[in-house]
Amino acid sequence: MPENDKALTPVPRGKVSSYPIEHFVADVEETPVLPVDASTADGAPRSIWSEAWRSLRRQPLFIISALLLLMVIIVALFPGLFTSQQPNDNCLLANSDGGPAPGHPLGFTQQGCDVLARVVYGTRSSLMVGLFATLGVVVVGGIVGALAGFFGGWVDAILARVSDIFFALPMILGAIVVVQLPFFRENRNVWTIVLILATFGWPQVARITRGAVLEIRNADFVTAARSLGVSRMAALIKHVLPNAMAPVIVIATISLGTFIVAESTLSFLGIGLPPDVMSWGNDIFSAKSSLRSNPMALFWPALALSLTVLSFIMLGDALRDALDPKSRKR
Amino acid sequence: MPAVRNAHLTIMPGETVAIVGESGSGKSTTALAAIGLLPGNGAVSGGSIIFDGEDITHASEKRIVELRGSSIGMVPQDPMSNLNPVWKIGFQVKETLKANGLPCSPKDVAQVLSEAGLPDAEARANQYPHEFSGGMRQRALIAIGLSCRPRLLIADEPTSALDVTVQRQILDHLDRMTDELGTAVLLITHDLGLAAERAHKVVVMYKGQVVESGPALEILTNPQHPYTRKLVESAPSLASRRIETAKSLGLDGTTELLAANPDGGRTESIIEVKHLSKVFNLRGALGKSTDFTAVDDVSFSIPRGTTTAVVGESGSGKSTVARMVLGLEKATKGDILFNGTDITKLNRREMFDFRRRVQPIFQDPYGSLDPMYNIYRTIEEPLRVHGIGNAKSREQKVRELLDQVSLPASMMRRYPNELSGGQRQRVAIARALALDPEVVICDEAVSALDVLVQAQILSLLADLQSELGLSYLFITHDLAVVRQIADEVCVMQKGRIVETGSTDDVFDNPQMEYTRALLAAIPGAGLMLPPEVA
Repeated sequence: MPENDKALTPVPRGKVSSYPIEHFVADVEETPVLPVDASTADGAPRSIWSEAWRSLRRQPLFIISALLLLMVIIVALFPGLFTSQQPNDNCLLANSDGGPAPGHPLGFTQQGCDVLARVVYGTRSSLMVGLFATLGVVVVGGIVGALAGFFGGWVDAILARVSDIFFALPMILGAIVVVQLPFFRENRNVWTIVLILATFGWPQVARITRGAVLEIRNADFVTAARSLGVSRMAALIKHVLPNAMAPVIVIATISLGTFIVAESTLSFLGIGLPPDVMSWGNDIFSAKSSLRSNPMALFWPALALSLTVLSFIMLGDALRDALDPKSRKR
Repeated sequence: MPAVRNAHLTIMPGETVAIVGESGSGKSTTALAAIGLLPGNGAVSGGSIIFDGEDITHASEKRIVELRGSSIGMVPQDPMSNLNPVWKIGFQVKETLKANGLPCSPKDVAQVLSEAGLPDAEARANQYPHEFSGGMRQRALIAIGLSCRPRLLIADEPTSALDVTVQRQILDHLDRMTDELGTAVLLITHDLGLAAERAHKVVVMYKGQVVESGPALEILTNPQHPYTRKLVESAPSLASRRIETAKSLGLDGTTELLAANPDGGRTESIIEVKHLSKVFNLRGALGKSTDFTAVDDVSFSIPRGTTTAVVGESGSGKSTVARMVLGLEKATKGDILFNGTDITKLNRREMFDFRRRVQPIFQDPYGSLDPMYNIYRTIEEPLRVHGIGNAKSREQKVRELLDQVSLPASMMRRYPNELSGGQRQRVAIARALALDPEVVICDEAVSALDVLVQAQILSLLADLQSELGLSYLFITHDLAVVRQIADEVCVMQKGRIVETGSTDDVFDNPQMEYTRALLAAIPGAGLMLPPEVA
């Protein structure tokens, strides 16, 4: 078999095989040559977001979590629609740890308050802590991360070290310490809790944003914008940030759930929201003393908490899938 | 989704067969099917694969594993990612030898490596992949592929990530080795010139089907299928003339425009680069820093209305030159004169105005458009940034621009992710033209495109030049493209310009050794084609 190769002409002249090679031509009808780069003008235009929406609409994970969250939000806005009872008034010690009764489907707490009413009215503060802490974290972490990633150099060095320090402090531990400060001890309300959680939560968002911005700042479209005369700051705001939003949205959605848990944890430890503010964490805290005799008083707020957090995390997962740049490519 | 339908090809012992096709034509799928390496979601749905008389279409996993390496070898495409970075080269060769039951002492390993043309093989075997250059890695991969003396070697775009001169060395070596060993080779490539030069038989695939196959030279000289004909016409390595329409029309158009341009100052050169240097400071450990001269005393000029190409291999500093001319990178030394004004000394305001007149087009059609902007916003952005016109006149301008790059106005509301590579590049061109620039800097503007699309974009650029009197600075690694579009060529090597001249001069009568090597390395350069065609 090798002898045929010896007869080869030198490479630049091309090779000639000693085997007969048939010249085969396919039927033109079978594979018609299509125009190169034919343009398609039909169908509605689709942006990244509308594509993401299209794929989200068909995801059961998204539908379930979105419906649950919608429910939670309605409960938080209009608690009166879901229970006729008042959570704190007419708590009768006679009803302490009582089981379900007419008009009180979920029974009573140790203090004799209606469990359903407490769970329903507790939704608002839990959700508010989650939402505003997330908002704060995204704003602070987003700005820090974007500046660090886009400008690099010493800006990055300083901001990255600062966020590393905050990152190293566990959120709950940090919160426990800070809550003991006189200012926070005297002003315990939703806003101080939000402030504390945001203080210890932003480095995570900063890291994610920085990574996303770093990846995008060298993209050709940013260079193209710069050579059009767009200033650095404008390029960051108009081109880099919108493209870096996807991972930030995902992490924000997921951390919204964890902030709700963190608030409950602090309240459970007795250092979160003051007892007169209704929240799931406070309810769990006060129900724990009667856990043996009346576990259901603990079960219901815990279930509400778990479902809410679970739906935020599921929503984050669904968003991650929909916004993943790899699945987006054609 | 059938990726490949009805593909039929035979490889005789000791023969080299090349599959040619554009991206997505199914050429890699066909080859991977042959060694049972289809991705998890793929399967052979019909037909048969017969190796050495044995039907291996549905052979057991065990049998296929037996065949791989020992009877069928593979050289993968990307030398950067196909060697495991945490293992020494020698270990990776040894692994292959061991898996196929061959002696694997350090001496055998060194033997295999030196056969693949790695000098000082014994020492090299103790190095890690990151200590190797791209070409050396590819040699190591070839060594691994051929270490077990397979009867068939599948080489999937073995050199498309490498510089042309390295590509030539590697392919020469592969040729020699497979000749000596009598190995049959299945070469997968997008480059028709390369296929014709290296293979006995060429198989052209299009949309998952074999449209034509036959002896290499016959396919080139006598293509039958319309697709093959288009491919032969467009292959830049085979075309040896400047794009015609532009040249003839271009000259008239340019003179007219020059005459019509009142302040067009009869400056010969629109851009003049004088003794330009760029030194990068590489920060080392512990405050130690080394200077790296990326661009070293480079001078050239772009006559108005013409195309000057800067050619070089990777690391030659050509892109740094482009960035400096665009004003995106500060020059360390030297002047860049635009219409006689030194742009290295402009203040902010003047720089902003300068940006209107020089615009870039980049290589990667997927990276150069903001995915969040629709086409209208993308093209309108330069107008908005420079405060030109009102919403209505800007929309009118966008329509005109789309028309100029032959895209329908209905594209305006679409997003980049809905467009093909060629269409995106057209949009990028439209954006670059929005401010009526005088100079367009094309940084590898067609390198990422399929051959037929590349030909279209090149002729679009040529047409636009003749219509608008544009001057181009064309940065590329591809000499074949240079011949199609450039009037003047500067050849760069290691930051320096080693040769300049008119395209014809440089191609017909290269002065420097390096230029000659580059020219000789164009795949298919020395091929056939009667003189009246070439």
